[in-house]
Amino acid sequence: MNFNITNEQILLQQLYREFTEREVQPIAAEVDEEERFPIETVEKMQKYGMMGIQFPKKYGGAGGDNASYIMLVEEVSKACGTTGVVLSAHASLCAAPIYEFGTEEQKQKYLVPLARGEKLGAFGLTEPNAGTDAAGQQTKAVLNGDHYILNGSKIFITNASYADIFIVMAMTDKSAGTKGISAFIVEKGFEGFSIGKKELKLGIRGSATCELIFNNVKVPKENLLGKEGKGFSIAMKTLDGGRIGIAAQALGIAQGAIDETVKYVKERKQFGKSISKFQNTQFMLADMQTNADAARLLVYRAAFNKDNGLPYSYEAAMAKLFASEAAMKITTQAVQLHGGYGYTREYPVERMMRDAKITEIYEGTSEVQRMVISAHML
Amino acid sequence: MKIVVCIKQVPDTNEVRLDPITGTLIRQGVPSIINPDDKSGLEAALTLKDKHGAHVTVLTMGPPQADLALREALAMGADEAILLTDKAFAGADTWATSLTLAKALEKIEYDLIITGRQAIDGDTAQVGPEIAEHLKLPHVSYAKDIQKEEDSLVIKRMFEEGYHLISVKMPCLITALSEMNSPRYMNVGGVFDAYRKKEVKIISIADLNINKDEIGLKGSPTKVKKSYTKGAKTAGKLYKDLDEKEAAKKIVEKLQEKFII
Repeated sequence: MNFNITNEQILLQQLYREFTEREVQPIAAEVDEEERFPIETVEKMQKYGMMGIQFPKKYGGAGGDNASYIMLVEEVSKACGTTGVVLSAHASLCAAPIYEFGTEEQKQKYLVPLARGEKLGAFGLTEPNAGTDAAGQQTKAVLNGDHYILNGSKIFITNASYADIFIVMAMTDKSAGTKGISAFIVEKGFEGFSIGKKELKLGIRGSATCELIFNNVKVPKENLLGKEGKGFSIAMKTLDGGRIGIAAQALGIAQGAIDETVKYVKERKQFGKSISKFQNTQFMLADMQTNADAARLLVYRAAFNKDNGLPYSYEAAMAKLFASEAAMKITTQAVQLHGGYGYTREYPVERMMRDAKITEIYEGTSEVQRMVISAHML
Repeated sequence: MKIVVCIKQVPDTNEVRLDPITGTLIRQGVPSIINPDDKSGLEAALTLKDKHGAHVTVLTMGPPQADLALREALAMGADEAILLTDKAFAGADTWATSLTLAKALEKIEYDLIITGRQAIDGDTAQVGPEIAEHLKLPHVSYAKDIQKEEDSLVIKRMFEEGYHLISVKMPCLITALSEMNSPRYMNVGGVFDAYRKKEVKIISIADLNINKDEIGLKGSPTKVKKSYTKGAKTAGKLYKDLDEKEAAKKIVEKLQEKFII
């Protein structure tokens, strides 16, 4: 057994850390405060080959593995949860299903620019009446000659107003239930496709979460991803991978909060000594880091399985469940250790606590993860 | 154009802590980095490559772990990497280091050699110019800018109160200042290539035309008698909004208070 990361990954981590420190951290508070999409960071990530790490070079990627990719999600999320989800939604939810289920033509046309970072991706499954019950899709796709005609809407779509390429789920056969859902590749400019209301959120406030509106959108037949009726299965498999990304985001947020707290408790003095000298601080920090390390092992295991062609649905669910709940707990403890200052926006831990909450909800709530895990057990 | 950049792997001095009891450096857990002046030298070489086309080789002398610094240079865009490593090289002062590097450079084709001004762990600023002397090359130190003009380079050489513009014919050696530029990041694909496609060539004493006694600790005329850490200095106190007389009075008062005068 081996828990060491490779030399290649050591160098990648060094790159990710430098990049985060110099490009992501300095604007993190502003991105949150102004609810601003960090477009300049996306452009810089493109320049350094960070938007398609896990895809082969022939498809515009860097030719790396999932572990190398999720380490980037982890590192940027230490400073900015928004940047973490922007990257994860792009790579795990949009580029990955095209890589896994797309035709060669679809890969050339859509995966190449996505993996190169020239185009940004998004994923649309959730609807007002189809959240955890994703089978209740109301968006419809009707085949008409060479095109499918899409009607309906999607909500809570990450990257929406900045994305160029969308994976969209729609019902092609209502009577078939989940087997009547199909997946489509939709471009930003398609006629009748528009971006609706932007959500005002508690955390990850820069991620441009909007509604997608489809009003008689003509989607060419060749943009059907996988086979008709396979959309639900594609969505579930995509989310299995996406969960590793979100787990890495949660892990990053948690570690970021710990790093801030370690710095703070050494500086802050009460009762004539630094608060790091109190056993309560020491024990809380020990618990926080132990939880974060446990989360890291689960996240890396899930990525390892995916990279080695092993089943990873259960592992991804467990990583996401544990890492997101650990992130919520750790960031709350970080605020507690910062005291009154932690509650103010002068310190980043309140933002991290707000950012952490969503990781327990999106890409399958904690309850859904428990369903997935127990289904593997019973 | 063929450029060789000499780099050194150093402990990140921003991360170095002192053992509060023994007063010695705690090296454990301190990340190693490419010396900042050297990294700027590499960036200068890569910029010349981008503009005019060039083949960039990075060269370092160090323990086997220095491989990481070379891979980083490759991931930034260097074409080739060479590691000079041998137990016989250990303990070298600037003279023995520059001699060893010069002997290795005799085996490499170059038009331009770039080194950093000085390393943050030694601060001597001697190795670059010494290499030039060993190789009988012209050198320009403290470069803040390098422009290529046919077979010459125009260097902005900094000094305390300004700079000189110096034209130097290649082959030559330049020592670079970290103020010269802001080095690029590695590229993710570049990191993969650095390990999967590119190689780090290892050179040991057997490959060099050099006598064992001329290098390493034996070949080092400089002996370190004692090393000590700087005494900790408390933060100074600033008195603002005082006129000259009041300020002078305040200073005298404080100095008397501390029995300095």
